[in-house]
Amino acid sequence: MAHGALSAYVCGMITELGHFALVLAFLVAIVQTVVPLIGAQKRWAGWMALAEPAANAQFALTALSFGALMWAFVVSDFSLQLVWLNSHSAKPMLYKISGTWGNHEGSMLLWVLIVTLFGAMAVWFGKGLPPTLRARVLAVQSAIAVAFFAFILFTSNPFIRLDTPPFDGQDLNPLLQDPGLAFHPPFLYLGYVGLSMAFSFAVAALIEGRVDAAWGRWVRPWTLAAWVFLTIGIALGSWWAYYELGWGGFWFWDPVENASFMPWLLAAALLHSAIVVEKRESLKSWTILLAILAFGFSLIGTFIVRSGLLTSVHAFANDPERGVWILLIMAFFMGGALVLFTLRAGAMEAKGVFGLVSRESALVVNNLLLAVSCFVVFVGTMWPLVAEMFFDRKLSVGPPFFNAAFTPFMIALGLILPIGSVLPWKRASVLRAMRPLRYVFVLAIAIGGLAYAMQTGRGLIGPIGMFLGAWLLMGVVVELIQRTGRGPDRLGRLVRLPRADWGKATAHAGLGVTMAGVAGLTAWTIDDIRVAQFDTPWTVGSYEFTLTDVQEVRGPNYLSTMGFVTLSQDGSVLAELRPERRFYPVAQMPTTEAAIDYNLARDVYVVIGGEQDGGGWTVRVYVKPMTNWIWIGCALMALGGLLSLTDRRFRVGAGAGKRRQQAVPAE
Amino acid sequence: MKRLLLIVLLWATPLMAVQPDEILDDPVLEDRARDLSKGLRCLVCRNESIDESDATLARDLRLLVRERLVAGDSDAEVIDFVVDRYGEFVLLNPTRTGANWLLWAAGPLMLLLAGGMGLVYVRGRAQSAAPGEAPLNDAEKSRLDEILRR
Repeated sequence: MAHGALSAYVCGMITELGHFALVLAFLVAIVQTVVPLIGAQKRWAGWMALAEPAANAQFALTALSFGALMWAFVVSDFSLQLVWLNSHSAKPMLYKISGTWGNHEGSMLLWVLIVTLFGAMAVWFGKGLPPTLRARVLAVQSAIAVAFFAFILFTSNPFIRLDTPPFDGQDLNPLLQDPGLAFHPPFLYLGYVGLSMAFSFAVAALIEGRVDAAWGRWVRPWTLAAWVFLTIGIALGSWWAYYELGWGGFWFWDPVENASFMPWLLAAALLHSAIVVEKRESLKSWTILLAILAFGFSLIGTFIVRSGLLTSVHAFANDPERGVWILLIMAFFMGGALVLFTLRAGAMEAKGVFGLVSRESALVVNNLLLAVSCFVVFVGTMWPLVAEMFFDRKLSVGPPFFNAAFTPFMIALGLILPIGSVLPWKRASVLRAMRPLRYVFVLAIAIGGLAYAMQTGRGLIGPIGMFLGAWLLMGVVVELIQRTGRGPDRLGRLVRLPRADWGKATAHAGLGVTMAGVAGLTAWTIDDIRVAQFDTPWTVGSYEFTLTDVQEVRGPNYLSTMGFVTLSQDGSVLAELRPERRFYPVAQMPTTEAAIDYNLARDVYVVIGGEQDGGGWTVRVYVKPMTNWIWIGCALMALGGLLSLTDRRFRVGAGAGKRRQQAVPAE
Repeated sequence: MKRLLLIVLLWATPLMAVQPDEILDDPVLEDRARDLSKGLRCLVCRNESIDESDATLARDLRLLVRERLVAGDSDAEVIDFVVDRYGEFVLLNPTRTGANWLLWAAGPLMLLLAGGMGLVYVRGRAQSAAPGEAPLNDAEKSRLDEILRR
């Protein structure tokens, strides 16, 4: 008993310590916002330098606070209201931990933890930045943290205690008890919040009143990192939806999905326009605007998820009043930044001169397509709200709209990408650039035509996707071969290409793979629904299925009805599939667990339903071609981003080069 | 007892999207029914089509769609029939009537506008004279060189 009381006391102490650290971090953030900003204005070195220890302290305190909350979840301390509402002592450890951010309060704390992490990283890697710029970047970053610390402490405090701790908790939403979803939010947040760094750089540059090649180089790694995290986060979420929601859809154009997709599109645009700033000192004010908007869309995303203003399958922890707070934060940062932008952007005179046909122009078209497609998603997402407020129409905007309005932009993007990617800077000729590409272009068209010939009356999406996939992949190969030039040792030169080139090639190939996968899955899925009797085989496509048994199975915190389905083809058994229907008694919720036989060509996806009155069980079967290409493509895009991120010149830009130079005096 | 409770609970939450007993004998009609269902929203769910939804109301709607198809309605007539009863909210594919033209035209219009601005910008860059030079002072220049050389 005494032992129990002691451990309860220790738990309580840890919780209070976490709460205290959070308040302290808030105060540090206020200081870090004000002091370096004044210091940079007055050129007071000491005041500017304060930003660095402050950023480190802020991160350490927030990490401590987050750690304390996680600890409360791990030991199931139900004296915390949040733990009681979202956890249960019988839950597997992984989901106790992921439960920390599987709710509103905890996820906002994770949000702000990542804001402070990026602030601290700007200190660690930003030694090469001019002191005033560094001070201002850290101050702006800290201002964002201040707003969210206030939001957490005043509206969504995770450290609220209960007077009498209940015996056990109410469990996490069973849909969220899944490894894919355990890591989906942290990656998304790393992406969303990573864009805050681009925003801070943009606002700091506006305050400084200058944007140059070096700025483009400094802002790019942060955007690249954010984009990589967003890519991984979105792919994880999409993969989760695919295997968990039970009908094999991978993308629903749900407001919350769109909320993560819009920053992704803008971050992709920003990545490319920052290249033009870095290499050619053009597109400066546009790049600044994109950096502001990309973070703006991250805030809109947070707002959409947290306010529940738009109905969505994701809206599990929302509250309109908190939405108003986020709206105010958004209005402040976007309004402030855009006012600053209109005042200062005129001074950002472009320097580089380039022809109508050039790499620069191609990147302008890239930005045009990405930004307008983002706008289409935005309008579609917001339209139900607008229509209800202004036209008194209660309507829905669903997948058919987005498929029709958004897809053409992606097709156009895929079509121009390989050409734009090989165009020289400054002045170029499309015909000359097309010369090495013409064979693969014809080949890609032939592949699309073959796909068209092999299908029967299923629309153009499949063949177009095959064409784009082939065109992008082969375009990348041609570009890499071209980069090695002529003469001997081309292989050596290929290997020695800068990491950034390999990153570009990998990411572009990934886009092609994803496009092909999306098109293949969308166009050529076949499905079958039936009442299956035991040991009576049936065929779907070229596959044969047999239901051999159905058993009741008990899991750690659920009960399961498990079907035993044998998948075979041409008489040989390919796999034993175990589709389940689970029931979580604490949360009173059923879930479906599809059984999937994965391979590169297709997924066979089996879902078991209910027992029928007349005997037998409902079974749904899908054969989904090329599904895994979608996620392999996403993984390639993320890998490409990471490769670029490790390119020498970013490490140099981030200050490592300077240190190295000091260690090894001039050659 | 626990088992019984479980059965009752599972009973209360209908199990799957399209049920085998709903499927029409005529495969052509069934295909049309599936296509139509994909464009109709389940009214009690969050952003799911009735083709995907487990809800009882979605099942009722699926049966209604099939009933109308069997009765010989065209696709458009079925849609009108459903919209008359449940309102425009049920359509996942928004109509092109009234203010909705703004929604549908938003993308193309923005592309034209932004494309025009982009073209003006690019032409401006192509025609501008020699670039304005030297906003960098000497110290900055040498620092830039140092960065670029490494």
